[in-house]
Parts: sequence; structure tokens; C-alpha cells
Amino acid sequence: MSKFKKKASSKQEIPTSALPDIIFMLLFFFMVTTVMRENTIKVEQRIPPASQLKKIERKSLVSYMYVGKPQSYLVDQFGTEPKIQVNDVFIETDEIIQFVEEERNKLDEVERDQMIISLKVDKETKMGIITDIKLELRDANARLLNYSSRLGDVVK
Amino acid sequence: MRKKDRGGAEVNSSSMADIAFLLLVFFLVTTTIASDKGIPMVLPPKSDQQDEVKLKEKNIFKVLINSKDQLLVENEPMETEAIKDAAIKFLNNRGRDPQSSDSPKDAVVSIKADRGTSYEKYLTVLDEVTAAYNQSRADYLGISLEDFLNLDMENPDHKRAYDAARAEYPLQISEAEPTDIGG
Repeated sequence: MSKFKKKASSKQEIPTSALPDIIFMLLFFFMVTTVMRENTIKVEQRIPPASQLKKIERKSLVSYMYVGKPQSYLVDQFGTEPKIQVNDVFIETDEIIQFVEEERNKLDEVERDQMIISLKVDKETKMGIITDIKLELRDANARLLNYSSRLGDVVK
Repeated sequence: MRKKDRGGAEVNSSSMADIAFLLLVFFLVTTTIASDKGIPMVLPPKSDQQDEVKLKEKNIFKVLINSKDQLLVENEPMETEAIKDAAIKFLNNRGRDPQSSDSPKDAVVSIKADRGTSYEKYLTVLDEVTAAYNQSRADYLGISLEDFLNLDMENPDHKRAYDAARAEYPLQISEAEPTDIGG
């Protein structure tokens, strides 16, 4: 009479039949919360954080401008001075007015004066180029600006 | 004759997880999380359309940033952390100190950056000034800064409160044309 019978050591397997469901759930989450990358960003983008952020309600009104040093693989071609990228190309400051007009024509007539330009600027950029951009935008009458940023601890 | 044991014919689904993983990785790589947040700013109209506005010297809160990212606030050197409190004090002066603003509605914050100032510093200063405004607005409504930032614009009550606070403390940030003196 042995009270402590040896347990039948049956093979213990973790049921994995629910694994695909879990993964699909993750997949759908990412499909819903993210957007397709529209263009390859060719400039460095280490965007400085801020605390007083406002969300842009109407995404269709926004046009993006990326400003920063060309990424390392483009340095040979474009140098290390900060450049402005819109859509997939680099532009000079005097081409901004034309870009703004093109973007404005994509919008409905009633919404044209509500166009927002979102500036995504690398933290190491100097204010000189930003000022040039702002003067051009002012001339192009695109006066609603948004300094794109993310919530984070501000380095002081 | 023995009946064939049919058993439950099962589709092997162990590779289903792999397929789903593959899709997941594909989406992770090709997409970005939408981050449409930022600090809004309205540029002044073209200079030839602009009317000359005479402002009293004392109603302007002057912030200068030089090319070494050093600050000069109201002609005094200052650390970045101190701007918020100084701006709140300036906004809420309401005529007590004759050298400071008459009322929040008259107050203007002028930020002047050098061409050599880093964008990071500029954005930090802008953020601090915006924080000063938001803090004053939150105090005006008697709520915390966090609650103020989370006001829901879709909700009519919240919108009304927000508009009232904004009317009391209109955000007036003027950006002077930058210098390129360096220094």
C-alpha cells in the first residue's frame, strides 16, 4: 500500500490553438492604429518633446514638411546642412510657395484657408532655416502652423 | 470486415500563427503610429498688410534667445525652467506692478531667436510660454492643468469653458524677425 503513488507522467503540452487568434488580434490592433508610411523620410528626425500639445482634428488639412540633416547614406550627395523635404523630394526655400499652392489646390475650396502646415524638425536644426521657412509660408499665406512634437519630458 | 476508423480529420493549424506573425511584422515595418500632435502657431499676415500696432512697452514680455541657447527675459538672464513662472506672474499682473502688464488681454509675449539658436531650445521656450498660458487658463477655470489639457472639444460644456478661458487669456505670441548677429 503506497500512499504516494507515482503520478503518471503524461506529456504536458501547452495548447497553442489560440495562438493564431491572439496574433490576429495584435495584427488588427496595429492595422487600425497605424497608417501606411506615405513617403520615405530622407532627413534625420529626432523630434524634441514638449508638454503642451494639441491634437490636430482634421488630418486631411495637414501638409507635412520635414526639416533636418540628410540621413547618413545621403550625406555624400547632399552634404550635412539641414534640408527641407516635402513628399519625397528635397526643396529649396524659394520653392515653398509653389509647394503650398500645390497642396492648397488639393483641398476643397471652402477649406483652403484652413490648411495646416506641420513642421517636423530635427532637434539639431538651427532656427535660421526655420525662420526662412516661416517667412516663405507667410508670403504664401499659409499661416496656420504646427510644430509637430511628442509628449515627453522636456530637457531643460 | 473492420470499419475504417475515420477519427476527426483535423486541419493542421500550427503554422497559422507563423502566417499571422508574418503579417504582423509586415504591418509593424510599413506603418507608423499616427502622431498628429504639436504646438499650434499662427503666423502674422504679410508685412505689407499689417497695420502698425502701438503696444505699450510694459505689456510686452520679451524673451531673447541667443545663438548659444542662452536666454534673456525682460533684460535679465534666466534659466529655461523659470520662464513659466515669470510668464504667469507677468500675465496675472493686472496692473499691480506698473512695470508689468495691464491685463492678460493686453499682454503680448515676444520671442526673438537668433539664426543660430537650436530648434530644440526654441521649442522648449515656446512650450514653456504655452504652459504659462494654459496654467493661467486652468487657474481661471479652477481646474488643474492636466484637466485643462484634457478638455474635450466635442463636449459643449467643455468647449464653452475652454472658450471662456481663452477669451480671458488670449494667446498672443509675437515672433520678431530674428537677428543674425550671433553672440
